[in-house]
Amino acid sequence: MTRLLLTILLLTVLPAQAQDHLTVSPDGPMQSVAEALAQVAPGGTVVIEAGVYQEPPLVIDKPMTLQGQGDVILDGQSEHQILTITADSVTVRGLTFRNVGVSFIEDRAAVKVDDASHCLIENNHFVDTFFGIYLARTANCRVVGNELYASGETETKSGNGIHLWYCKNITVADNYITGHRDGIYFEFVEDSRVAGNLSERNLRYGLHFMFSDRCQYHDNTFQYNDAGVAVMYTEHVEMYRNRFAHNWGSAAYGLLLKDIIDSHIEGNVFEQNTIGMYAEGSNRVVIQDNTFRENGWAVKIMANALDNEFTRNSFVANTFDVATNSRQSYSTFDGNYWDKYQGYDLDRDGVGDVPFRPVRLFALLVEQNEPSLLLLRSMFVDLLDAAERVLPVLTPETLVDTQPAMHPPMQP
Amino acid sequence: MNATAKILTYELQDVLRSRGVIAYAVFFLLLTEALLQFGSSTASVLLSLMNVVLLLLPLVSLVFGTMYLYNARDFVELLLSQPIRRPHLFGGLYLGLAVPLATGFLAGTCLPFLWHGVEAASHAQTLLVLALTGTALTFIFVALAFLIAVRFEDKARGLGVALVVWLFLAVLYDGLVLLALHMFANYPLETPALVLTLLNPVDLARVLLLLQVDISALMGYTGAVFERFFGSLFGVGVASAALLVWLAVPLFFGLRRFNRKDF
Repeated sequence: MTRLLLTILLLTVLPAQAQDHLTVSPDGPMQSVAEALAQVAPGGTVVIEAGVYQEPPLVIDKPMTLQGQGDVILDGQSEHQILTITADSVTVRGLTFRNVGVSFIEDRAAVKVDDASHCLIENNHFVDTFFGIYLARTANCRVVGNELYASGETETKSGNGIHLWYCKNITVADNYITGHRDGIYFEFVEDSRVAGNLSERNLRYGLHFMFSDRCQYHDNTFQYNDAGVAVMYTEHVEMYRNRFAHNWGSAAYGLLLKDIIDSHIEGNVFEQNTIGMYAEGSNRVVIQDNTFRENGWAVKIMANALDNEFTRNSFVANTFDVATNSRQSYSTFDGNYWDKYQGYDLDRDGVGDVPFRPVRLFALLVEQNEPSLLLLRSMFVDLLDAAERVLPVLTPETLVDTQPAMHPPMQP
Repeated sequence: MNATAKILTYELQDVLRSRGVIAYAVFFLLLTEALLQFGSSTASVLLSLMNVVLLLLPLVSLVFGTMYLYNARDFVELLLSQPIRRPHLFGGLYLGLAVPLATGFLAGTCLPFLWHGVEAASHAQTLLVLALTGTALTFIFVALAFLIAVRFEDKARGLGVALVVWLFLAVLYDGLVLLALHMFANYPLETPALVLTLLNPVDLARVLLLLQVDISALMGYTGAVFERFFGSLFGVGVASAALLVWLAVPLFFGLRRFNRKDF
């Protein structure tokens, strides 16, 4: 009886050939990844051995693991998308995707996850893939430890490295992204975490998000991007210990905040940017314990940014500390360290006894007449600034740090 | 050994004996050391040094230079009674002052960095540019000082002129430029602004240093002329060439006047 049952079982299982574990190799019995994906059982594993595979567009429509062993290259031949995932609980690990090719009609990606959850995309390489990793209508996924290289030349002809659209609860961690249009791009993403990534030398923004509430960004580095980082129309953003550096140009910002509400920006370093932080229409943002070092303009804050709190930040060796377009100040500056502060501290409590006005008259002059930037650091301009500081006539009288710190806080 | 070199060696000994140059070097040494001790970062130390170089160095070179030539009058007359060609004498006197002043400045500013070190390679580059522009300014302003001293017979008057020249170049000139830029704000002013800068050695040195310390801000400027000027070696080349012109012109006129002067 048992033998009969076993035979029946074998007979029913074998013809379907739904196996738990399949190996694809260039010279083995199974040479096609597409075939393996079709044959593997739900919850199974397909291991690809080293080699270059030029396949038709691959689709994963059941929970499974796709794994590379050695140097596995999936080549899109600059013609099509490489891998589309439409099922939950899929893991893609240790593969190299290359040559997706530019398209002006569709958003082609090396790995596109569409309407799925619990995926894991881990330790893959992406080389010249128009869009690298594209998550749409996806939840509870992790994108970890991938390296994405692109050699795009113009913004219009390149895609984003990691692109998320209508996603929830995603972790993007420890990836390296370079040469794309936007390194990391979020639109309508909620409750997600971006940590430990390095996004550099992208054609537009290192990080770009819109309408993505309650996301956390920590310990990332965004540097040498053509336009820095821009984040817009979002509430409850938390940015901790990131580094925004080396974004130079007339429209380059370490961090551009546009309509960011009720957020926290803490412990970040802004270094050698043309404009360290630019705030427009951003309200109730707490900006504390950040370091602004060697920027052209450390902070540019527009009059439509209300009730932001700048506390315990350190401003060192910036050309201009704060610039604004208003005579009023709708944000507060308290207890920051300003290296240009020349006051004294008679009671030795570490807080300067005279308030500090971080907006220089010269910043206003430059705003009105750009060529006068050439007179930066000249004695005459310093004298003008000093006179204005004693008796503010043109600079915002209320934009003032009443408790400037005498010593820089511990450097992050 | 030719006459210039001989006079130069004598002058060097004389200048060192006068202790002025040594005090000058010690001043820079103490200043840099203090800044490094109490300053928060190498970047801000370099910024403070930059202000000193742009303001104090021209002043010291001018005042020291004019006084020096007036005081050396007897010595000059004595030597001129000997078979020495005037250009040799002028060259010897000039180098005899400019070289020790420049050395004093270089030693004073650079030595403390040897034992304190710099934070980043970019700071080392800034320090190098600071040293070079400081040296150039020393040579230029000693040349200007000599021109003033041979032009004006009266010591007090010469010193007054030197101070006015310093005040004009270091402070007032920028005010006039700023005024001009605002009066003609409706016109394209990039090229005129750059040309106006080239006409003042202090501004030239300042722009060369800005290219190091404020490049972040300069790159924020939207004009194409500035970007081409600042974004390439072209700007550094033009500014350096203009500094050389600033050195050659006063020297040439100073020497011509010295040759013809009836001592």
